[in-house]
Amino acid sequence: MEFFLVQLLNGVSYGLMLFMLASGLTLVFSLMGVLNFAHASFYMLGAYFAYQVSTKVGFWPALVIAPALVGGLGMAVERWGLRSVHRFGHVAELLFTFGLAYLIEETVHLVWGRNAVEYRVPRELDGPLFSIMGSQVPTYRMFMMLVSVSMLVAIWIALTRTRIGLVIQAALSHPQTVEALGHNVPRVFMLVFGGGAALAGLAGVIGGNAFVTEPGMAALVGPIVFVIVVVGGMGSLAGAFVASLLIGIMQTFSVSLDWSLAGLFSQLGWTVTSQTPLAALWNVRLSQAAPVLPYLLMVLLLIFRPKGLMGTREG
Amino acid sequence: MTILRNTIRGALAAALLCSACIAAQAAGTVKIAYIDPLSGAFANVGEAGLKHFQAMADEINAKGGVLGKKIEIVVVPFDNKTSPQESLSQLKRVIDQDIRYVTQGNGSSVAGAIIEAVNKHNERNPGKELLYLNYAAVDPAFTNEKCSFWHFRFDANSDMKMESLTSWMAQNKSIKKVYLINQDYSFGHAVKKAAREMLNRKRPDIEIVGDDLHPLGQVKDFAPYVAKMKQAGADTVITGNWGSDIALLIKAAKDAGLTAVFYTYYGGGLGALPAIGEAAEGRVKQVTEWHENIVPNKTEKFAVSFENKYKVDFYYLRVRTMMLMLADAMNKAKSDGPKEVALALEGMRFEGDTGEVEMRKTDHQLIQPLYLSTVYKTAAKGGPKEVKYDVENTGMGFKTDARLEGYTSAQPTSCQMKRP
Repeated sequence: MEFFLVQLLNGVSYGLMLFMLASGLTLVFSLMGVLNFAHASFYMLGAYFAYQVSTKVGFWPALVIAPALVGGLGMAVERWGLRSVHRFGHVAELLFTFGLAYLIEETVHLVWGRNAVEYRVPRELDGPLFSIMGSQVPTYRMFMMLVSVSMLVAIWIALTRTRIGLVIQAALSHPQTVEALGHNVPRVFMLVFGGGAALAGLAGVIGGNAFVTEPGMAALVGPIVFVIVVVGGMGSLAGAFVASLLIGIMQTFSVSLDWSLAGLFSQLGWTVTSQTPLAALWNVRLSQAAPVLPYLLMVLLLIFRPKGLMGTREG
Repeated sequence: MTILRNTIRGALAAALLCSACIAAQAAGTVKIAYIDPLSGAFANVGEAGLKHFQAMADEINAKGGVLGKKIEIVVVPFDNKTSPQESLSQLKRVIDQDIRYVTQGNGSSVAGAIIEAVNKHNERNPGKELLYLNYAAVDPAFTNEKCSFWHFRFDANSDMKMESLTSWMAQNKSIKKVYLINQDYSFGHAVKKAAREMLNRKRPDIEIVGDDLHPLGQVKDFAPYVAKMKQAGADTVITGNWGSDIALLIKAAKDAGLTAVFYTYYGGGLGALPAIGEAAEGRVKQVTEWHENIVPNKTEKFAVSFENKYKVDFYYLRVRTMMLMLADAMNKAKSDGPKEVALALEGMRFEGDTGEVEMRKTDHQLIQPLYLSTVYKTAAKGGPKEVKYDVENTGMGFKTDARLEGYTSAQPTSCQMKRP
C-alpha cells in the first residue's frame, strides 16, 4: 500500500512535469497550426537562462526572468522567421522549426560548453517536505506539481475568461473579421508563439535543476512531448493534461512490475527455456520495456483513434 | 566568463590541430591517430581525452622524444562521433595518411569494429601493420575470445573492476541486500552478469533484491526505480551507468531519502559529479586506476600543471602509463615499427606512478593496481584531510577506501592469440 502510494505520487508528479512541457506545444498547435519542433529547445534555453540568471540574482527572480527572456526570443523567432515562411505552408514551417532546434543546440554548446552546468535546486526547496509511511516526499517535487497545476488553470482562464483570449480564439477561426474589427492578427500570433515558448521556458526553469541541465536535455524530452500531444489529441489542452498524467502513471507503474510474457506463459502451463524460439523477447520484463510504452501507446492510438483522446481534428 | 573560456578552448584546439599538421610534415615523427568523438553528445569526453594524449606527447618530446632524440610523438585527432561506422571510415583516413598507431576508448561497440578492421588490414598488408592501443573500452571479450595480437588494453576490463568492487564488498559484513541497475546494452549486461557471479562466489549470503535494466540515456525520472530499491530494502546498489543515467539516478536516490551506498564504475567520470551535486557525498563509490587524492601521489605535480594548462581535470592515469610504456617499448625495440613495438610491449613490466604494472603476454591486458574511493567534501570545505583536490570545481573529491593490488583483479583468460 505504501509502495503503491509512493509510486502513484511519483507517477502524478512526473505526469505534471510532462504537462508543463507539452502545454506550450499543444497551445501553439491549436491556435496557430504550427507543430513546433524547436519546443524542447526552448525548454532547454529556459533551463540555461535560469542557471545564468540565478548565479547573479538567485532562483526566485530567475523563475520570472528566464521564461520572459525565452518568450521574447520566441516572439522574435515568430516575427522575423516563422512569419516569412508561413506563406509557403505548414511543411516549410515544420522544416524551419526543425532547423531552429539544431541552431539552438549548437549555440548552447558554444556559449555554455558541452558539459552539464551546476544549476541547483534552491536551499529553501531542497530536502523532504513530508513522509508517507517512511518514504520521503521532496519539497521540490511538490513545488513542480503546484506550478504545473497553476499553469493549467492560468492558461484556461486566459483563453476563456479574458478579452485577449477571446481575440486569440476569434483570430483562429475568423482572421479577416478580427482584422476588420481593428485587431492586429499577426501580432496576436506573435504573442501566442511567444507565450508557448515562455511556457516551455518555465518548464525549463523548473525541470533544469530537478534533472540535469546539459546540451542533450532537449533531445531527451523532445520525443516524449510529441507523444503526449498526439495521444492527448492534437491541439487539445485538456487532452494533453490527461495524456501527461496517463503516461506518467503508466510509466511509473510499469517500472515496478517485473512481469514478462514468459511469466504469463508459465501461468498457462508452458515453460519458456533458452531453447524456445524468440526466448529473449518473451523474457523481456515490463520494467525493462517501461520507457518505450508511451511510444507503443501512441502507435496503437494512431491506428485505432487517430484524432487522439480528446482531439477534434482528424489526422 | 564561460564564453571567454570557450573562445580560449577553441583557439587552443585550433593551435593543437595546427601544431599537429606542421609537425606531421617534419621527418622522423611517430604519429598516433586519436579516434574518438569530437562532436556530438560525448564530445566533452573526447576533447578531454585528446588533451591527455597531447600533454603526454609534449612531455615525451620535451625529454627528447624516443629512439635517441630522433623521433617525436604527434597525436592526430579524428572525429568518429562515437559511431562504429564512422570510426571505420576514419580508420581508412588513418591508413591513407600512413599513420601506424591508433588509439580509441569511448564505446566497446566502436572498439570491437576497430579490432576487426585492424586484424584484416594487417593480414592483407604485411609490413604496413597498424597497432591499436585501447585506453578505455572495457568489454571483457577483447582480451578473451576476441583477443588480437594487434590490440593492447590499458584499462582494467569490466570483469576486473567488478572483481575489485566485490572483493571489497565481501569484507563488509554490513552489506546484506544488493540491488543491480544497469543500462540495457552489452556493457550493462556484462556488469550485471559479473556482479551476480562474483557476489554469489564471494558472499553467497548476500541477497540480490533487484535487478533492473533500463534503456541507455532514455530515462528522465528515476524516482520509480528508487522507490523499488526502497521497497526491496536495498542497502547497496551496483551500477555501471554513466553520463546522465548515473547523475539522474543518484539525484533521485537523494530526493527520496534512499540511504543505500552506490558502487559505480563511472561515478567520478567527466561531467558526472557536477551533475550529481552534493547528493554524491558519502554515497558514491568508484573503482578506478587513480584519483587525485591517492597517497602517495606521484602524479600530483603532473596533474596540477595539466589542469592549469588545459582547464580540465586530469582523469586518465592509464593514458600516461600507456604513452610512457609505448615510448619505452620503442626504445627497447630500437624501432617504431608496430610489429617490433608490439613484441616489446607484450609481457613488459613497467614502474608506473602507482606501482609496477604488467602488460600480460597471454591476452594483452594491463594488470595494474586499482583504487576504490568514496566522494567527500574537500578538506578546505570541512571534509576529511586526505581530500585535497576536488573534481571539476564541485568542492567534492575522492578519498581512498582501499588499494587493490593488480593480482586481486586479474582474471583468467580464454585468449588463444595468433602471433605473426
